[in-house]
This record gives sequence, structure tokens and C-alpha cells, in this order.
Amino acid sequence: MANSLKLPPGPVGSVGQRSVIWVRKNLFNSWLNSILTLLAIAFVLWIVPPIIEWAFVNSTFTPTIEACRAVSGACWGFVNANLRLILFGVYPFDQQWRPLLAMIVLGGIIVASLAGVKYPRMQKLIIPMWVIGIPVIAILMWGGVLGLTYVQNSAWGGLPLTLILSTIGIVFAFPLGLLLALGRQSNMPAIKTLSVVYIEVIRGVPLITVLFMASVMFPLFLPDGVSIDKLLRAQIGIILFTAAYLAEVFRGGLQAVPRGQFEAGDSLGLSYWQSMRLIILPQALRLVIPPTVNSFISMFKDTTLVVIIGLFDLLGAVKLALRSDPAWTRYYVEGYVFAAAIFFLICYSMGRYSAYLEKELRKGERR
Amino acid sequence: MSKTQKAPGGVRSKGLTDYLNDENVRAVIYQIVAIALVILAGWYLVSNTLANLERQNISTGYGFLNLEASFGISESMIDYTPQSNYATALMVGFLNTVKVAFLGIILCTIIGTIFGVARLSSNWIVRKLATVYVETFRNIPVLLQLFFWYAIIPNAFPAARNAFQPLPDVLLTNRGMYIPVPVADNAYDFMGIAAIIAFIVIYFINKWATKRLDATGQPFPIVWASLGIFFGLVLIAYLIGGAPTAMDIPALKGFNIQGGYNISPEFMSVLIGLTIYTSTYVAEVVRSGIQAVPTGQWEAAESLGLKRSIALRKIILPQSMRVAIPPLTNQYLNLTKNSSLAVAVGYPDLVSVSNTTMNQTGQAIEAISIYMAVYLGLSLTTSLFMNWFNKKMALVER
Repeated sequence: MANSLKLPPGPVGSVGQRSVIWVRKNLFNSWLNSILTLLAIAFVLWIVPPIIEWAFVNSTFTPTIEACRAVSGACWGFVNANLRLILFGVYPFDQQWRPLLAMIVLGGIIVASLAGVKYPRMQKLIIPMWVIGIPVIAILMWGGVLGLTYVQNSAWGGLPLTLILSTIGIVFAFPLGLLLALGRQSNMPAIKTLSVVYIEVIRGVPLITVLFMASVMFPLFLPDGVSIDKLLRAQIGIILFTAAYLAEVFRGGLQAVPRGQFEAGDSLGLSYWQSMRLIILPQALRLVIPPTVNSFISMFKDTTLVVIIGLFDLLGAVKLALRSDPAWTRYYVEGYVFAAAIFFLICYSMGRYSAYLEKELRKGERR
Repeated sequence: MSKTQKAPGGVRSKGLTDYLNDENVRAVIYQIVAIALVILAGWYLVSNTLANLERQNISTGYGFLNLEASFGISESMIDYTPQSNYATALMVGFLNTVKVAFLGIILCTIIGTIFGVARLSSNWIVRKLATVYVETFRNIPVLLQLFFWYAIIPNAFPAARNAFQPLPDVLLTNRGMYIPVPVADNAYDFMGIAAIIAFIVIYFINKWATKRLDATGQPFPIVWASLGIFFGLVLIAYLIGGAPTAMDIPALKGFNIQGGYNISPEFMSVLIGLTIYTSTYVAEVVRSGIQAVPTGQWEAAESLGLKRSIALRKIILPQSMRVAIPPLTNQYLNLTKNSSLAVAVGYPDLVSVSNTTMNQTGQAIEAISIYMAVYLGLSLTTSLFMNWFNKKMALVER
């Protein structure tokens, strides 16, 4: 090794000099780039100050219609006045601590599961957490036991509904998707055909058509006298839809496991399920964690579609709040921006985490 | 693979357990069980459905398609009146879906490519702006974005009386945008025919040029020749048709605007929402496509003495296309499927028209089966095309 290579690549020159170099290199390194930089700065100056003025300077948080009429900027008072309607829908007002608590429990389990990928010590806790957590959430939301008053699920709404629909959707779709992926890889023609047909049909149609089918056709499928409510129908539709997408994610993982691993399992005399459980799936599932998180993000965004079949998730609750009082109707921008901010925060942070995990997993491969 | 044990003295006869332990026999049993379960479940659902339909006095079948629809559709690309039948109404919906999907695909490709390239720019501020655009719009549900545009557009523009004119003869009102269009004339039909002839001629010239290039190594300026043939033929057709210049210009008459072509607020919100949302995904596809080509390829082209433009066209683009086109098609399919959200803002797409049909006739199964079949057909055609394309583009290895 040459000695010169060991020189630390430390900063050279004063802060001022370095920033001049940085600006030259990153903003004005060619004619075209200089023009682009000036245009971009002009664009930022044109668009950002009015937004800041609208959102923060000329805005009001006072939750009255009079205060909103008095300002030229954003009327966050609409969100402030209707916050609990937007967040919890029409859930009984004095009971709203229950969906709040359910949401915290659910959020905690999600964060812990995602963190579990990174910290092996927590991995053993993931499944027990879900097994205990889901009934706890169900009890909190429905009530009817332990002195909690019963709340019909037609009264559920807002952010907890969005979280529950997407989380339960992915948790139940997980085993179904895994079975479908294994079925698609199977060398039994009948099982393979059934899996392929299911996956391709579901992936070929929009989610909204599956939801319409769930809300209109499920009642026809059931025998006379048996009925399931709208929320459960939508939830089943979401599970069936997500399973097809997860199956393709899992297939990617299964295909990435080298053939030799399957053969090694066979040569150890393991049965199909043993070699799957002990050899193939641990490797395949590790690979598909980032795309699974991405599926969860799109599921979370797609849950808003239940608005169209008449459920009040976060987006539906915003629309409900806008309609609740004709005076508020004109503050739709504030309502939508608030909902968009919540969706953005959740999706963006999960997206970053999934990108980070992907990098971490690739680090392991390189070794 | 038989696992039958062979006794040292001779062949032991097979018992039932041996058969049950045979992998092939098991496979057959599993498959029979799976098919039987599916058939049973299907039969159970169908019999329930038939019983329910009978109880509700709904007749099954697609006969209703010939009945009079008797509902209006706000925008249509073909002749449609409430007296038309349901089949025509569904056709109108299908064409509206195709219209918004087609324009959306073109626009999101252009915008997505710009932002995808911008994310790799050496210019810091351009790069950051592109990142903000992509991250913001891809992390907000597309339905929320549609609602947002649909709330903004009718409120942002004035009533017809004081319509806003961004360009001469283009009017923006709360009822949408009005643009001037040429008055129908035979010349435009001629131009259409000329364009089709031009495509056929270009196809054969292209074939001939490739053959000659392979045989003799002589290049042929195929791009310029194709452009010349296309525009030349279309221009000749226009001149033969008498070069019509009459335009249908929108103008205020009474309280409303007459003439021109109306782009409804519903259409605009669906188009803008879908385009922006999908363009963020296209940008990521474009970015990874460009990044997938190693810099060594540029250097190799340079050391062969190729010009930068030729290196881009002959070496870089074909390689990044191979990476980018499959996910790009996927995004196009997603856009087409997401166009079904138009039902939420009242744009009469296929799903929206089918739902009206369903509510009027009660033929839920038939209406849902029609739009599912249409979307499925679109998806399967695309994936067949993709398989063919992948085979054609796949690396030919030793």
C-alpha cells in the first residue's frame, strides 16, 4: 500500500472557501446548470413564501367559524373544531379513549415488529404480540365485555379504522399469500393452476372492483338469514386482494433462494414442510421484508378506497366533517391537507425504514 | 420416486401404507382434494346465489344489455342518448376509461421521465426539488389527491360569464376548460388514412434498412426518413382535402359557453390526479433504469470512438430500456386500474356507468363481471405482450 493513500481526506480551506467550492460544484458547474439553478431558485421563491403565509402567518387555529372568516390564510380552526370527528369518526364521543388506546397498541405492535427485523432478540416476541394484541384491540373497539359498552362496528371510523383495515388486511393476507406462493411454485399441476389463476385474476382487476364485489355480491353468496356487515365484507375484500400481491412478493423471495438449498433439504431427508419451515422460508422471508413493508404502505394508502363503498376511514371522516356544517364546507383544502399530512408522515417514515432495511440486508450479502 | 423398501430376500409386495407414502400417489391425492374443495365451495356459493336471486325475483343473464338505459352520461366520445341501450352506455364508459388512461399514460411518462432524470442531476437544488415532488405525491393516497383536485378545480376558476383566458380562444371556467377544435371535414379523414399508410410504409422501409445494414453495413437514416414520410403523407392528404381552416371556437352565449371542446372538471381532476401520482412511480423507474447501466458502458463506447449521441442511442438506452420497460408497463397498468377511482368524483368511466346500470337493473353479478372481465382482459393482454417483449429483449447469452 502506498503511504499517500493513508492521508485522511479531511476538509481543506476555510468554511467560506469550501462553501464556494460546493456551490460551484453543485449549482453552477455548467451553463445549463447555472440557468437551471436560477430557474429553480425563482420557482422556490415564487411558490414557498405564499404557502408559508397561507399555512402559518395568515392562518388561525381558533375553532370558530368567525375566526376563520376573519383571516385570509388557512383555517386550521376547522381541523381544530372537528379533530375528534376526523380522527375517530362517529365513535361514541365519551368512549373515544378506546379507539385511541387501540391505535396506540396497534401502532406499538407495528413499530415493534418492524424493529424486530433489526434486533433478533425481539423476533421471538413478534408472533405472541400479534396473537395477544389483536384480541385486545377487538375488545377495546367492540367492547361488550369487562364493563365496556358495546359499540357497533358501523360506528367505527377515522384513523383507527384505516389502521385496522390495513393491518388486519396484511396480517391475515400473510399466511394466505404464503400458501398461494408455495402453490405457484409447486410441481402439482392442479394446485399450481389454481394458485396462478387466483393470483392473476386478483392482480388484474382494480381494488375498487373487488370492494364492490365484496359489498354487493357477498350478501348473495351467503345462505338466507346469514349476513355479515359492511366493514367485515370490506375487510375480507382487502384480505383477498392483498394476498394475491403478497404471493408475488413471496414468490420473489422463494426464487431468490438457491436451488442447492432445496436439494440440501431433500438430501437431509426432510419432508416438504420440514425443509420449508427450517431451511427455505427463513431465508426467503428475510429477503422479502422490504417489499412486504412496501406492500403494507400501498395497502395503507389503498384503504382510503373504502370511502367509495360508504365506510368512514380517515379520508371519509374528513369528508364527513366537511359536510357536518355547511359553514365549514369551504375549508376543504385544510381538511384534505391535514389528512394528507397524516398519510404522508406514516407512509414516508415506513418507506424510509424499508429502504434502510434493504440496505442492511444487502450489507449481509456482500460479506 | 418410489420409497418402497426392498427386502433382502426378494421384492416385498406393496401394502396400502406404501402407496400412501409414495410421493406421486400423494400428489394425486392432494390435487384431487384441492379441486374437490374448490368445486364444493363454488357449488355452495353458486347455489346460495341462485336461491337468493330467485327469492329477490332477479333474473340472471345479459339480456338487460339491450334494454333502454334511460340515464344521461355527461360526456361521451360516441353518440349516446338516454334512449340508447345499456350496451352502448357501457361502451361509452369503456371509451372514457380508455381516454383518461391513454392521456394519463402519455403525460405521466413525460413528467415522470423529467423528474427521474432530475433526481440524478448534478445540480443540488434541482435534485432536491425532484425528490420533494416524488416523495410528497407518492406518499399521499391517490383517492385523496383526486378529491383534492376535484374540490380545487371548480372553485379555482370563475363562472362562465367572466371566464379566464390563459391563451386566445381557450376558456377556463368552473365548468371546465373549453378549447377550439377544427370543424369536421373530409380532409381529416384523409389525414387519418394517410397516417395509417405512412406507418405501413415506414414498417417496410425499416425492415429493408435493417436487412441492408446486416448485409452490407451501410446505415440508413431511418429516423429522418420515417419522420419525412409520415409528415409528408399527412400534409399531402391535408392539401388534397382542400386545406380546411375553419375552427369551432368556444364563446359565451347567454349564461353558458357554446362551441369548442369541453374538458370537464371531472375529467381534469382524474387526469391530473392520476398523472401526478403515477409520474412519481415512473420517475423512480426511470431513475433505476439509468442507474442500472454501469459507467463502464459509457467509457467502452467512448473508447470505441462512438459519438455521445450514438453511444446513448445504441448502447445506453437499449440497456436501460431492458431494465425499465417491465416496471413501466406495470405502472401503466396501475394507472389504468386506478382510473376506476373516477367513480368517486363522478367521471363516467366504465365502473361508474356499470354501477348506475347495476342500481337501475339490479343485475349486480352481470355488471361486476363485465368490468372485471374488461380489466382482466387489459391486464392479461399487457402481460402477454410483456412476456413476448422480455423474450425479445432478454440478453442472448452463450
